[in-house]
Amino acid sequence: MTRSVVVTGIGVVAPTGLGTEEFWSAARAGRDGIGPVGLFDAAGYPARLAGEVTGFEAADHLPGRLLPQTDRMTRLALVAADWALADAAVRPGEPPALGMGVSTAASAGGFEFGQRQLRNLWSEGPGHVSAYQSFAWFYAVNTGQISIRNGMKGPSGVVVSDGAGGLDAIAQARRRLRGDARLMLSGGVDGTICPWGWVAHLAGGRISTRDDPETAYLPFDPRAAGHVPGEGGAMLVLEERRAALERGAPRVYGEIAGYAATFDPAPGRGREPALRRAIEIALSDAGAAPDEVGVVFADAAAVPELDRAEADAITAVFGPGAVPVTAPKTATGRLLAGAGSLDVAAALLCMRDGVIPPTAKVRPAADYRLDLVTGRARPARVRAALVLARGAGGFNSALVLRSGAAEDDQRQEAR
Amino acid sequence: MTREVVITGVGVLAPGGAGTKEFWRLLTEGRTATRTVTFFDPAPFRSRVAAEIDFDAEASGLTAREVRRMDRAAQFALVAAREAVGDSGIELDELDPGRRGVTVGTAVGATTGLEEEYRVVSDDGRNHLVDHRYAVPHLYGHFVPSSFAAEVARDCGAEGPVGVISTGCTSGLDAVAHACELIGEGAADVMVAGAADAPLSPITFACFDAIRATTPRNDDPSRASRPFDATRDGFVLGEGAAMFVLEEREHARARRAEVYARVSGFATRSNAFHMTGLRPDGAEMAAAITAALRAARTDPRDLDYVSAHGSGTRQNDRHETAAFKTALGGHARRVPISSIKSMIGHSLGAIGALEIAASVLAIRDHVVPPTANLDNPDPECDLDYVPNVAREWRTDTVLTVGSGFGGFQSAMVLSGADAAAGGAR
Amino acid sequence: MTDRTMTLDDLRRILLEEAGAGEGADLDGDILDTDFGDLGYDSIALLETASRLNRDYEVEIDTAVEARTPRQLLDVVNAA
Repeated sequence: MTRSVVVTGIGVVAPTGLGTEEFWSAARAGRDGIGPVGLFDAAGYPARLAGEVTGFEAADHLPGRLLPQTDRMTRLALVAADWALADAAVRPGEPPALGMGVSTAASAGGFEFGQRQLRNLWSEGPGHVSAYQSFAWFYAVNTGQISIRNGMKGPSGVVVSDGAGGLDAIAQARRRLRGDARLMLSGGVDGTICPWGWVAHLAGGRISTRDDPETAYLPFDPRAAGHVPGEGGAMLVLEERRAALERGAPRVYGEIAGYAATFDPAPGRGREPALRRAIEIALSDAGAAPDEVGVVFADAAAVPELDRAEADAITAVFGPGAVPVTAPKTATGRLLAGAGSLDVAAALLCMRDGVIPPTAKVRPAADYRLDLVTGRARPARVRAALVLARGAGGFNSALVLRSGAAEDDQRQEAR
Repeated sequence: MTREVVITGVGVLAPGGAGTKEFWRLLTEGRTATRTVTFFDPAPFRSRVAAEIDFDAEASGLTAREVRRMDRAAQFALVAAREAVGDSGIELDELDPGRRGVTVGTAVGATTGLEEEYRVVSDDGRNHLVDHRYAVPHLYGHFVPSSFAAEVARDCGAEGPVGVISTGCTSGLDAVAHACELIGEGAADVMVAGAADAPLSPITFACFDAIRATTPRNDDPSRASRPFDATRDGFVLGEGAAMFVLEEREHARARRAEVYARVSGFATRSNAFHMTGLRPDGAEMAAAITAALRAARTDPRDLDYVSAHGSGTRQNDRHETAAFKTALGGHARRVPISSIKSMIGHSLGAIGALEIAASVLAIRDHVVPPTANLDNPDPECDLDYVPNVAREWRTDTVLTVGSGFGGFQSAMVLSGADAAAGGAR
Repeated sequence: MTDRTMTLDDLRRILLEEAGAGEGADLDGDILDTDFGDLGYDSIALLETASRLNRDYEVEIDTAVEARTPRQLLDVVNAA
């Protein structure tokens, strides 16, 4: 019998809100977090909109000593981790240090920090490169800094799979909890909104060049023309269910019930994209039939052929229009590795409150045959949710969540 | 019922010669591949030595398009993966694409390619608002290094789990461990896994200069990497890749594959202490070793060889010596331990995979590679570090360890085919 | 910026800029003879600070890394 892994804490830093409840009320209301880039002067670039985390003063949350040695995305990640641990009411030293680990997803690391140091090197010389460059930009930095700040000495890890990473990190954490870890902090918090990162996004060719936040990022819409990059994400506290109950965790948001990752065949080989198979394996891993799933949080690339591939995968598994689909990320932008874990947070809250947040701004094209939740939030009793995330190059990940309520019921029955 | 994982193919790209054969010859002859930096003018830097690969992409089988599109480290990964697949004798076309995957470890991704492109779009750092019009189309692939795994996956037609593991200098070990976990839990039957890094770029030298981690022994480059030696004063940067074909044991048996070794256990821990610093007692590395041995159901006394992290910094080698004493007890003084970084430098995330390659070759040939340049024993590092000369040695069970910035401490136990059959000892 | 003497206030400012506020003693207090470790600064923080001093005061102070207290560091810089 494999162990059940549950989420007992959530920490969110998103363009639509600092903190879980602020983010969630914005998501339910479809409130927008996309606007003109404010972190640098983007006027001269073809793309000028972003989903930025506003009102974040790192010094209000973190010791001054950490500031010179951290990129903005690491500061956001450290704060999200703090909030997740507080939400789960984890007391220092409660699970033994060697039983607590950190598993994060990275994409480009601390890219803004890296840009500054490259500039120092090439415009001023090697003596001007920061000693902190040796770790502040690299992909493992968030896991390392979070483990140090919270004294977590257990099995840790870092995955990189572009936009699929947020789910892959959570899957790695679940794997650790099925091994010898007692508690894992996991998720993705990302951010690359700096000139050098922007140029890389532009080279990727998938970002929107529209200037109106209302029309810039419209997945499954006939007007779809790429996405808006965002920053932020979510960190989650994961525990083996029994251990969480034993230590008196204040709440169980839900269970990480199933997961799978697949990779698309090379284009032109005439083979079907692999997302459908990821969904099927994840459902099978969860022991869930498709009709148990009450909502799908879509990857929502807003690139027509990618939207088509995703819609086809969903309808192949569930049937046309047979399951509500939503993409609240239209209000935050796509957060690279942050996207998957933020959607997991939203899906857990959706199940908690019985309400599906809308896909803001989108008017879906009928031929995708999706029941896309648009306009306003939709009340629904959801016992299981499917979260999808994809990464550039062909990465597909699918994660199945079961609600904490279902678990409470089981607990009731067991008594 | 856990599914066991065996290594059936090895591919290596390391300083001192292309391919697994040249790599192993260099190590067993105790030669070093460290030299004065030639890739750029090292004059402005404090540390000016490196273990560079004289890499000929075309001779290595890469097309002009592949070379243009991929960072040097991704090229390394692809070349090593192809060697591993060929070495394993596996017929990929006969396998279900959905049952095979790829894991690539890398510490610093496309750091070299990114620096080159940054110089172009910023006009050598003159412009903060870098110019997108000069950006190459493949810049996004440099930006997010999951492209490395995507390249290898497309090359070997993998449609199962594919990804990059990036845990600093334990990336190589952790990537192979991750692939083993995927096979173990049933997500794949065959994984092509390993690690690559190509960090020999000015920004890397500058940042390691800034923390005095690399050696300033510029007047004696071939003897600059001196793990466990009393005169050690920092590591020598290197580059390279090692990739493996990993298979579920029954899968390998069914196709009568030649097995190098079984991956019998692994574990990772964090020191939660400092991003670069190590506590002298090595407690968390010891904890990782103990957990890996437990997972492998191996008694410390059964270890025949230990492939050390042995970076050659003052603090690492002391830290590691303490960890071996804690985790292995009295056996720490009896088992041969060596660091191949003395010969091929420290290639960050790649080195853990290269050390796994050296470990399985030690099992195959019953030869333990030496620690080169170990001339002056350090009282703080008082174990058998196999100075300078390789040793013929009955080697069935090997422990390999890694330690990385971010506090990562990882360990893996590999068992030879005899040991894997259960009863050689 | 040669021929400049560094004062304790200069050092305080540079420490804050390069290594942030330490978590140990208050920098505004009497810190001349307080160990940097007790002020919350680790070896990387001191390397970062030394690198800045090398640039601003045009000194070569690899040795400054071995200074344990602000007084020792000021002595090294001002003697150079």
